[in-house]
Amino acid sequence: MSAAFDDSTPIYLQIAEQIEDQILRGDLREGDQVMSTNQYAAFYRINPATVAKGFHQLVADGILYKKRGIGMFVSEGAAETLRARRRERFFSDVVDPMLEEARMIGVSPDEIIARIRGAGARR
Amino acid sequence: MTSPDVVARGLTLRYGRTTALDDVTFTLAGGRIYGLLGRNGAGKTSLLSLLAGFRRPSGGRLTVAGAEPFEDPQVTEQVALVRDPGPLYDMWRVSEVLDFAARMRPRWDAACAERLVERFEVPLRRRVMTLSHGKKSALSITVGLAARAPITAFDEAYLGLDAPSRYAFYDELLADYATHPRTIIISTHLIEEVASLFEEVLILHRGRLLLHEDSDTLRSRGAAVTGPAAAVDRFVDGLTALGERRLGPTKSVTVYGELDGERTRRARAAGLDIDPVPLQDLFVHLTEDDARAAAATGGAS
Repeated sequence: MSAAFDDSTPIYLQIAEQIEDQILRGDLREGDQVMSTNQYAAFYRINPATVAKGFHQLVADGILYKKRGIGMFVSEGAAETLRARRRERFFSDVVDPMLEEARMIGVSPDEIIARIRGAGARR
Repeated sequence: MTSPDVVARGLTLRYGRTTALDDVTFTLAGGRIYGLLGRNGAGKTSLLSLLAGFRRPSGGRLTVAGAEPFEDPQVTEQVALVRDPGPLYDMWRVSEVLDFAARMRPRWDAACAERLVERFEVPLRRRVMTLSHGKKSALSITVGLAARAPITAFDEAYLGLDAPSRYAFYDELLADYATHPRTIIISTHLIEEVASLFEEVLILHRGRLLLHEDSDTLRSRGAAVTGPAAAVDRFVDGLTALGERRLGPTKSVTVYGELDGERTRRARAAGLDIDPVPLQDLFVHLTEDDARAAAATGGAS
């Protein structure tokens, strides 16, 4: 098992997410070519079909597009699409679990807001 | 090169009173990498011997592109089985083994063989009997990969390799598969290291085919549910429990089956942890029938 992946979600989804991260960070820009399925497979020691599944997902989502016989490229507007989608997920994946933890240990939303506004540092 | 489908229908193999394979049915579409998993004695080697045409089935059929391998050189030349050859080539020099393979294998790639022998540092002039277990394995792998057979099966042959050589083997296998796609079957009981190479997985257990599944799907079928014993019991009611462990008031049950998102959300809301199960653990649980029998009768496992 490649150390770059965990068992939490299918590997192809993790590959898709990795490429998304690269686009969000600006490591991959619109119009850039993505490494080939076989390069990916060789680098991470995973089945090329698994990589292809991740790529197909990104193509279906409009993040990548295919140029026949050449390879995969980053679509125009990919970063903006991803940012919008990740913003939605930010609340359900990051904020909601934090609020749940806070409720469990008796931290009030006001305390959290105060902390975020930097009041925690002066206390 | 396109690899033919391998089809088994009711495939059965008996040695005297022992049934090694029992009514096994599957179809392997050409050109994929398959993991053939099973505990020792599950029937992996028996299945591969039938595929290589070394034996004839006691019942049912196994076909490669519609033809049975037994005593049919047109079929067997398409199948390369990589395994521990035993003392067969002990007196031969490494170079002689390669020359022989080159004559036997119509698609032999000499450059590939040369590269692998160099990478695995197998001395060409040495006699096979003087090689270490690891170097013998490396030689078998070299012969298997360079054969470029449409169907190549590795029967635990790589287990003799040390860790760096095993990684070299995975690299070479993937590189070769990328340039020459073909059907690859990897039989093993050490799963962790190779699991990510498989597109599909077959699990044999006591001669029967326990399952044949896309490996991503298989992984998504297993989950470990952990939390307060009563809540865990309520949640797993109706699901297939493969095994359970207890630590005081906490209980963890490994379940197998479709867990939809709604059910998972409710479980998390109820304070239960739902964790993925690595393929190797899933394999251990699925082939642990004693533990399952104990769990079914309410005994501690």
